[in-house]
Amino acid sequence: MIDAFLFIGLPYTVTFLFVIGSILRIRNYGYSVTSHSSQFLESNNLFWGSRFFHSGIILIILGHIIGFLLPKFVIWFTTNPIGLFIIELSAFAFAIISLIGILILIFRRIFVKRLYSVTSIMDIVVYVVLATQIITGLLIAYQLSWGSVWYASSMVPYLKSLCMFSPDMSVISSMTLLVKMHVITAFTLIGLIPFTRLIHFVSYPFFYIWRSYQLVIWNKNQKTMRVSKNTREGIKPKNN
Amino acid sequence: MDIRSQIAMVFHLDKCIGCHTCSVACKNIWTDRKGAEYMWWNNVETKPGTGYPSKWEDQKIYKGGWEKKDDSIQLKSAGHLKGLTKLYHNPDMPTIDDYYEPWKYEYDSLFEAPEGSDQPTARPVSLITGNPIDIKAGPNWDDDLGGSPDYARNDVNLHNISAEDKEAMFQLERMTFHYLPRMCNHCLNPACVAACPSGAVYKRGEDGVVLISQEKCRAWRLCITACPYKKTYYNWSSGKSEKCLLCFPRLESDQAPACMHSCVGRIRYLGVMLYDADKIKEYASCNEDELIDKQLDIYLNPFNEDIIRKAQKNGIADSTIEAAQKSPVYKFVKEWGLALPLHAEFRTLSNLFYVPSLLPVIGKMNDGTYESTSENLWGNIEETRLPLKYLANLFSVGDTNRIALVLRKLMTVRYHRRKVTVNDIDAKIVDTAFSETGYNAEIADAIYRLTSLVKYDERFVIPPAHREEAIEMLNSTDDHKGETGFGEKKGTRRVF
Ligand code: HEM
Ligand code: SF4
Repeated sequence: MIDAFLFIGLPYTVTFLFVIGSILRIRNYGYSVTSHSSQFLESNNLFWGSRFFHSGIILIILGHIIGFLLPKFVIWFTTNPIGLFIIELSAFAFAIISLIGILILIFRRIFVKRLYSVTSIMDIVVYVVLATQIITGLLIAYQLSWGSVWYASSMVPYLKSLCMFSPDMSVISSMTLLVKMHVITAFTLIGLIPFTRLIHFVSYPFFYIWRSYQLVIWNKNQKTMRVSKNTREGIKPKNN
Repeated sequence: MDIRSQIAMVFHLDKCIGCHTCSVACKNIWTDRKGAEYMWWNNVETKPGTGYPSKWEDQKIYKGGWEKKDDSIQLKSAGHLKGLTKLYHNPDMPTIDDYYEPWKYEYDSLFEAPEGSDQPTARPVSLITGNPIDIKAGPNWDDDLGGSPDYARNDVNLHNISAEDKEAMFQLERMTFHYLPRMCNHCLNPACVAACPSGAVYKRGEDGVVLISQEKCRAWRLCITACPYKKTYYNWSSGKSEKCLLCFPRLESDQAPACMHSCVGRIRYLGVMLYDADKIKEYASCNEDELIDKQLDIYLNPFNEDIIRKAQKNGIADSTIEAAQKSPVYKFVKEWGLALPLHAEFRTLSNLFYVPSLLPVIGKMNDGTYESTSENLWGNIEETRLPLKYLANLFSVGDTNRIALVLRKLMTVRYHRRKVTVNDIDAKIVDTAFSETGYNAEIADAIYRLTSLVKYDERFVIPPAHREEAIEMLNSTDDHKGETGFGEKKGTRRVF
């Protein structure tokens, strides 16, 4: 029963929260969406903390996504001991990097007094959950070796079953407590995104890459304004 | 040709008395908020000095603005790829220590301190941490050359001035300074706009005001690096960047921006310029020695029939064109050639022009005594106390001839007026001055008028914002007339 709640109820709930919450927050409460950069108040430690943490965590997340999307490829790749070695080692290294990063970030928040005024309770929640996530991940890698293989062969089918709306808990129920914790905090993180500073990476500025540099916005679009069929119900002039 | 209109400004430095009324007016209206205390959208710097934030002009430190690359330009430290790699930590962003830590005083302790043998004091406490602090710097810490060894001597514009000249500048008797009021230039080629990955910073089409949408800003902070004038600021509390908005709500209701309206020295002028937006990229990418000529070239003659026709076709209102014809900025910048942009080498095509100050020119050292008289009525420009090169580094990309010409023009106006009012100088001197500068009595009188006598309406020629059409910006007129009082900003439309 509790398993059903945690491994079926929770993932659907957090996905719903993530999708609807993020859309609503970005669309309707754009003002609240920001990376809340604290570099202005403290830059030197952030350099190491943020760069380590972000490069580590983004690559790790990417790894999980690749494993999820292409499990066959991962299994094929890891049948070769060298491939297995490369994947395991780099995943472990990235995890260590992100762990060092988040530790620097956390200590920075504790020891730099100026940052107290820009640290919210939700920030602390995020640190705790993220740190738990990274530490459980590392412990799993240490205790239950060749995670890349069994992630692809056992966990991915479970995640797929969730996506197909025919949840199959048989595998996940038999996992150790550590793995269960890792999965639960992962779901929690997804659910936290729209309610915390984590929203910042949902608005990653992809469009910038092909946007022209100068941006001019006209308050009045004379052309659409003066068309009589636009005056009611239709296209309202959209000023910034 | 893509003609647009732009609000531009002229600051007449000879008239600036350094009273900071402008800065305070701005602060009271816009930046007296949490996280914004350290922001001075408008500030007045003492030159020579290091400015605010400290040494902002040194792009080796701050990496702001554009740089020429082959035939084109690129942002020094931002841009599509360079920018996106800097999101997680931006090594070229100033921190609060480059400005100062804002504070207030514990005034309540003056009233509430328990009785004792000491006088109670009002200690300064940080507005960030709330703890008592030792104040290390504050706004205008180097005002009027205070702390010169640390500030004036480190002025970035002294870089190619000879050691003797530099030494001479700091001899007590020769020491001189002038004020440099600064604000966002609402550039034609704004680096802040180009650097913003979220598209939050934009230029308003109608009047060229550069704004940051607080809804769209995501605190990637690249505008702060990119602006070479360091006139975008990061609000550490709200996590959004902010900048001067040229008091657009005031402009729209025919009032001058607060800094300009309150200016005691009446040094500030504001008006419309018509310019050719198709030329921006090309002109911003030209060689350094052509920069100023090109920039002056981008502004179009609002009296030219052809230009007027094209402007009208581009949707520029007749009233705006009329305002452009009356623009005091057009007169100072284009007709009289008296005003120059600050640091044109940053290539943002700024719209704030300065009439350099003439006064430090007079007087010279003679056998260790300072003499304020000379055979030449106002001294001569080459013997200025402030090396010409210094002014040239500020206003003419190092070209001393250009700055000398402007100073000579200013001098000419004075010769002429002296002749008219006191009549103690030789008409020949005035005539020589006229022929050297291409001025005549009529022009000199007009400059004198616009410099000394003008009233509010002549200093600020604000194009009407057409309030009668303003509602069209937000709503359709058809809907609006039936819903007064019922309109909702967000609307009730369904999300999906
Ligand atoms: C995808 C691209 C991402 C971008 C561009 C990005 C950008 C940023 C930026 C600009 C900051 C503010 C740093 C500062 O204080 O100046 C930040 C902070 C942070 N980001 Fe990201 N981020 C990304 C992905 C992520 C991911 C995937 C996570 C975690 C799952 C994450 C977690 C955090 C956390 C916890 C902080 C707070 C750091 C601190 O101030 O202590 N970010 N991020
Ligand atoms: S001066 Fe103003 S418009 Fe120009 S780059 Fe800086 S903030 Fe942008």
